Amino acid sequence: MAKSLEYIRLDKFPHVWCPGCGIGIVMGSIIRAVDKMEINKNDVVMVSGIGCSGRMPGYCDFNTLHTTHGRALSFATGIKLANPKFKVITVMGDGDALAIGGNHLIHAARRNIDILAIIINNWIYGMTGGQYSPTTPLGSFATTAPYGQVEPPFDVLKLIKGSGASYIARGTVYHIRELDKLISGGLQKKGFAVVEVISQCPTSFGRRNKMGSAVEMMKRQKEETVPVKKAEKMSKEELKGKIVRGLFLDEERDEYTERYEKLIAKAKEVHQK
Amino acid sequence: MSGEKVKLKGIEWKRYGPLLLNREWCKGCGICVAFCPKNVLKIGEDSKVFVDKEEDCTSCTLCELRCPDFAILVER
Repeated sequence: MAKSLEYIRLDKFPHVWCPGCGIGIVMGSIIRAVDKMEINKNDVVMVSGIGCSGRMPGYCDFNTLHTTHGRALSFATGIKLANPKFKVITVMGDGDALAIGGNHLIHAARRNIDILAIIINNWIYGMTGGQYSPTTPLGSFATTAPYGQVEPPFDVLKLIKGSGASYIARGTVYHIRELDKLISGGLQKKGFAVVEVISQCPTSFGRRNKMGSAVEMMKRQKEETVPVKKAEKMSKEELKGKIVRGLFLDEERDEYTERYEKLIAKAKEVHQK
Repeated sequence: MSGEKVKLKGIEWKRYGPLLLNREWCKGCGICVAFCPKNVLKIGEDSKVFVDKEEDCTSCTLCELRCPDFAILVER
């Protein structure tokens, strides 16, 4: 689809991501979702924090903003409140979204603000040199865990569900057609939507954990994940070591900017009396 | 295989049947090669993708969808 070229800043290519990095695949999926929904690219705002994923707005021809570490959602909240007609997409890594930006994430979910938050989970801080993140699996190696990670990871989706988002999904870059659908669904949702994307970092995570090439890491995404429908019929034993993927939650709830506009109207009314 | 030169948005691509390749952007990760259902693609000696069996391509677009570098387009 040569159309994808209309959404990228060609003068910035080739991009900076390592060979086999999944972030470029996620970017393609986001672009296809915007194109499929026929949203004008000038009505889209893409916001990122710091990290490898933070580079994505530089390559996408939307309104784009590259902010400070963990603060993509705080800037995005401001943008959405200032101009609710914008479709706001934030792109964060696991460290950016869950460690430095963890508080912004749970509160954006609590407010149910109409933002699509893509969390690219590659289990590690890639850009800064392979430090462990809040999703690094127990026992995995990182530069800051030379004897294996001793902390248990977050279950990202349970965290978000507890905080109150209205759309929650998990996909992988291997299951690309499914990912396209999940991201489109999140983009259509009026409310806070989170799509966690399991991705590979062959350079900082794969290499240190002897997982082989990007191709080998993507084969793992195929072997180690199960669709949510299938998982419902599996026992706890069978699900051990598996990651469940698919759509976990899709419900209608009061959205924040709408509630805020009502509040402004009410305040004006009170003021005029 | 040389492929016909095509200009898209000012960028040079090479056409092989339904496939358009941008070897300047390809980083040779091999994802497209590994997951092509028909083994159409290969990595060359220069560590970049090339079209080995153009006639077997079914235009399924899986290579384009999974290419992290936007280096393959499929016309259908």
